[in-house]
Amino acid sequence: MTASASEAQTFDRRPWLLLSPALVSVLLLLVIPTLFIVVYSFWLRTAVGAEQVGFFLDNWEEVLTDSFYHDILFQTLRIAAISTIICAVVGYIPAYFIAYTPTRHKTLLLLLLMLPFWVSYIIRTMSWINILGVSGAVNSTLMALGIITEPIQMLYNEATVILGLVHFLLPFMILNIYVSLDGIDRSLADAARSLGCTGWQAFREVTLPLSVPGLAAGALLCFVLGAGTYITPMVLGGPRNAMFANLVYEAIVTQLNWPLGSALSLLLLALLGTLVMVYSRFLGIDQIAKSFR
Amino acid sequence: MTDANQNAVELRDVEKRFAEFVAVRKTDLTVPEGSFVTLLGPSGCGKTTTLRMIAGLLDPTEGDIRIKGKSVTEVPIHKRNLGLVFQNYALFPHKSVFDNVAFGLKYRDVPRDEVKRRVKDALQLVQLPHVEDRRPNQLSGGQQQRIALARAIVIQPDVLLLDEPLSALDANLREEMRVELKRIQRELGIATVFVTHDQSEALAMSDTLVVMNSGWVEQMGPPDLVYNEPASAFVADFLGHSNILPGRVAGEEGGFVKVITDAGATILCHTRDRAGRPEGERVRLVMRAERLLLADRHDPAPGTSLMTARVKTVDYLGQSARYFLTTTGADGDPGAGVELQAINPIDRAPFPEGSEVWIRVRGDDCVLLDGDADA
Ligand SMILES: Nc1ncnc2c1ncn2[C@@H]1O[C@H](COP(=O)(O)OP(=O)(O)O)[C@@H](O)[C@H]1O
Ligand SMILES: [Mg+2]
Repeated sequence: MTASASEAQTFDRRPWLLLSPALVSVLLLLVIPTLFIVVYSFWLRTAVGAEQVGFFLDNWEEVLTDSFYHDILFQTLRIAAISTIICAVVGYIPAYFIAYTPTRHKTLLLLLLMLPFWVSYIIRTMSWINILGVSGAVNSTLMALGIITEPIQMLYNEATVILGLVHFLLPFMILNIYVSLDGIDRSLADAARSLGCTGWQAFREVTLPLSVPGLAAGALLCFVLGAGTYITPMVLGGPRNAMFANLVYEAIVTQLNWPLGSALSLLLLALLGTLVMVYSRFLGIDQIAKSFR
Repeated sequence: MTDANQNAVELRDVEKRFAEFVAVRKTDLTVPEGSFVTLLGPSGCGKTTTLRMIAGLLDPTEGDIRIKGKSVTEVPIHKRNLGLVFQNYALFPHKSVFDNVAFGLKYRDVPRDEVKRRVKDALQLVQLPHVEDRRPNQLSGGQQQRIALARAIVIQPDVLLLDEPLSALDANLREEMRVELKRIQRELGIATVFVTHDQSEALAMSDTLVVMNSGWVEQMGPPDLVYNEPASAFVADFLGHSNILPGRVAGEEGGFVKVITDAGATILCHTRDRAGRPEGERVRLVMRAERLLLADRHDPAPGTSLMTARVKTVDYLGQSARYFLTTTGADGDPGAGVELQAINPIDRAPFPEGSEVWIRVRGDDCVLLDGDADA
């Protein structure tokens, strides 16, 4: 068999044919729009409000040097990190519970976990106003009980932003940890117990380390989603709790400064993209798969 | 402390129920020090449940379990000092082979040097030195099972509990590991409870064979005894191939019980230690397929019974053949139309299908069971 013949034989078109709808959508809906944004970021908005087409580095210079943006970027990463950690700690328990519950209830519990997704994220976020607001459930109850006379302002600070984020992100974390826990061979913990571990020690030696891939995947997802949100800080945060995506929103929707907004959003994209790449480099998908078997 | 006559494990009246379902019924079981006891039975008969109760992974609903003479019903699993080996090896995938084997020692406060030495010895014993630094997934199935065994024995457990440890291995490896496992068990002299649904494993390895069926212990004893003298139709059927013929006692003849099968054949049967059965009692006659000797001529001998039959089908197995026969009742023998199985070594060529043969069976090879009651 000649080399060219064998080459022709080894080239199989089918995978590409099957992939093509996905590839075309990604290209049309993601790659090309992103390229537009890249182009936009080098344009310039003039004082009169018109856009000047060209290759200007002004937006990038502003975004990369102005400490105002850096502070908010840092604040964004901090809020996302705190929310992620809280999600991991709080989410582990229900994930464990669902994974280890008798099979009959498992589907139901997983369904309940999906339930919040049926309600719009914005509405779920706004619901906190009815709970924590000045005339919300908590304040009215405390006043009715006579514990306080004046309503307490609980909303519009960093804590409520984190609360809203945890509320939004928790199902993602629980699902990821659950999948990881569910894949752990139950006889491993039994083996550890038989070798002298108490239940807690067996958890620390076996179950916890083997669920790290799920924790890591959940953490990555929560962090990226959390760092990219603008609705939660807009609804539940005060003026000083803005996150980076709020700046993008502000630039594009309020100031109609698309070039600046483009540069800002690309900066966030680059940062989170780097994080994802670092993750897959060190805790990559194949690494996760390996750690199971 | 270690009394030679002591039993390593004792189960007394142990029962396990899952809600309404009885997985293990009122079981008594003794595992003498140093012996190899096998729980054999079809899938779902309660073998794993029994083993898990001994291990402490399940609490018995009723009854008492003793290890080395002490009741452990209240002792949690991590204080029982047992070596447990699972069918799927259950090696910790995130730990090296060394850390896997050393795991139990870590929880026994063994000094570092001694840990090293004992892990090394254990790996030597399972004939897998030099793999300490590898991960379990870098080893073959057979090697993983050896490591699992090393991990279980390195803690010098009071009892070794093995749940179908060989069934995930392919046939050749299984046989090799079977010999290996037995060697290690002998070398350590450790009391072992071995669970399997594979009769050849059970027969080859055990000192005591415990045949279980839907939560019951059907029979317990040395493997050759259980094999040759099954105590129930279930055991006769489960171990090898047996012919079970209903009939009734028709008196005695030369130290043998004479049985007339329902089809009409007269067969002599060893009385064994059982008291003479009254005439007319309904019985079932068990004849192992290997004990029906086929011949092409009439060849009577004292203490044997003869039947005529036609070969219906032949299953050629290499050095032996499995025959499916129908008795013909020729030559004055009235028992016709009974289906029998025989497994015979082949002398030159097997009997061809359709040929007429004489079946000879020795009274010593027949076992009597009570009539149709026990099923
Ligand atoms: N946790 C459980 N809940 C309910 N039924 C169980 C449980 N564990 C085992 N069983 C049932 O008990 C019976 C015996 O199981 P097992 O001991 O695993 O059988 P095997 O002899 O195949 O090892 C089976 O019918 C099984 O379905
Ligand atoms: Mg089993």
